[in-house]
Amino acid sequence: MAVTIDNSPDTIAPAESTLRKLTMRSIAWLQAGPMMLVFALFFLLPLVLVVVVSAWDYNEYEMIPAFSFRGYTDTFEGCVANLPELCTILKTYLKTLKLCLLTWSLTLLIGFWVAYFLAFHVRSKTWQIVLSLLCTIPFWTSNVIRMIAWIPLLGRNGLVNQGLVGAGFINKPVEWLLFSEFSVVLALVHLFTFFMVVPIFNSMIRIDKRLIEAAYDAGASGWQTLVNIVIPLSKPGIVIGSIFVITIVMGDFVTIGVMGGQQIASAGKIIEARLSALQFPAAAANAVILLGITIIIISALTRIVDVRKEL
Amino acid sequence: MGDKRPRSFYILAAFFSAYVLFLYGPMIAIYILSFQGPDGGLTFPMNGVSLTWFGKVFSGGGIVDIGAAFKRSLALGLVVMVITVVLSVAAGMAFRKPFRGASMLFYTAIASLIMPSIITSLGIALEFRLVDDFINKHAADYGLGWLAEGHTTAMGLFTSGLGAHLTWTLPFGLLIMFAIFNRFDGRLEEAARDLGATPWQTFRHVVLPIILPSVVGIGLFGFTLSWDELARSSQAIGSVNTLPLELQGLTTTVTKPDIYALGTLTSAVSFVVIFAALSVILVLQARQRRQGSDAGKGMV
Repeated sequence: MAVTIDNSPDTIAPAESTLRKLTMRSIAWLQAGPMMLVFALFFLLPLVLVVVVSAWDYNEYEMIPAFSFRGYTDTFEGCVANLPELCTILKTYLKTLKLCLLTWSLTLLIGFWVAYFLAFHVRSKTWQIVLSLLCTIPFWTSNVIRMIAWIPLLGRNGLVNQGLVGAGFINKPVEWLLFSEFSVVLALVHLFTFFMVVPIFNSMIRIDKRLIEAAYDAGASGWQTLVNIVIPLSKPGIVIGSIFVITIVMGDFVTIGVMGGQQIASAGKIIEARLSALQFPAAAANAVILLGITIIIISALTRIVDVRKEL
Repeated sequence: MGDKRPRSFYILAAFFSAYVLFLYGPMIAIYILSFQGPDGGLTFPMNGVSLTWFGKVFSGGGIVDIGAAFKRSLALGLVVMVITVVLSVAAGMAFRKPFRGASMLFYTAIASLIMPSIITSLGIALEFRLVDDFINKHAADYGLGWLAEGHTTAMGLFTSGLGAHLTWTLPFGLLIMFAIFNRFDGRLEEAARDLGATPWQTFRHVVLPIILPSVVGIGLFGFTLSWDELARSSQAIGSVNTLPLELQGLTTTVTKPDIYALGTLTSAVSFVVIFAALSVILVLQARQRRQGSDAGKGMV
């Protein structure tokens, strides 16, 4: 963390020094205050409200500020009664976790090697910047458009189907390419590998190149160097990237909605559906559940490595 | 290590190229298809080349009022950009001194960054709904009856929408500031102070010129992230929609290439902004190299 402490020699008289410290502190407060205020108003307070409202009652058209666990009980409806059959909420979470796991492993695999190439094989600084920019530019363009962009390729009459039919691999176009779990995972990987590349690259670029040379001189094979030096030292980046990807996919409802043809349920989509039905407490209860699961995953990941040291 | 490229270089270079193709290929496909002829469909082959679909977008052509959404997104993006730059630079400066609440602000920013967007969006929607309910029911009790008169909602583009976008752009701005000051030589400020510069002069004439290229970068993030933002706005934007929200709505109903034309136009704005920002950064860096240091140049 980039908190630098001003330790210029204290030659000033104690009283004056205390005064100076006080002024500095209030200046820091003035500087950081506006950002704090924005987060307090549009992030912290809303979060508190989500937790509070999740324990409110509601009817068809409004929320009622009275304590009730209806939001939660409605959500878990049928979970005990219908055992051993899985209830809707559990099925939805299992599906979300499955999508999450698939996306995570693919983004990690692709992101790791892209970062590795950029950090270790691209030698000139200029090329490193140019190629990094090449990976970053799509991140600055619209996600929806990058989703729509798959339609001409994966659709019924899309390029992939045309190619496969043309080459004689299949007789008629396959349907599962678009608006399916396949297209959802493909789009998620397409959109979010960037979040894996950046932190892993950041960790790799800090690895002392002499370590690798030393391993090489000591007779380690490329594979041994990778497993024993590069991967352990890239772990912080891998963990940070994983946190990004997992939290994005767990709460995603836009990509799953658009690429799944609005047919695939997910944790995020439940919240969206409850909201469009104006069942705020139910939506909030689902948000609290999602938040809980996300926090569990993140704390499990941060167990592996102390992320704080890396920022 | 020798100068000859190892075999792994060529394998990984191929892998990297495939990744870049994967990134850009689909986007380029829709840019091409947006020039589809009047009888063309959503997929290849091209059925002639025309500007029909761009014309449809500009004339409204049956789909929602795109022009208005375009302007709204542009205005919101610019406001978000300015606020992100100012607040991030200010907070970044604050973090150079120890202050109570520093780590709290830092963790809040990180939490805001990784919070699933739907939760943030829901929270802001709830907050504004509660405010609305309160105004409608109780404003009169406090002699604020005029407030409740005709009040529908406090939610809007520049209230809840702006807040939702800032929870997404500010963490990026703050992290970029951290990256800048990690590499910043604090002795420059001390030197300025020793020469009698006031804190403001130190900032204006020493710190700002050095960090300016990165500050432009923060602006780039601020605008583009807002211009494309979807998930956080979705529940918190009020009665009007931004461009990405309109686009998302169109995905389920539109069967003609006008959606591609709209996509091409939206991307064009992004690319213009990216190109402009990167050019400014390059010019600023070149200027810094020219004027930055006279070390080793003898007497000047």
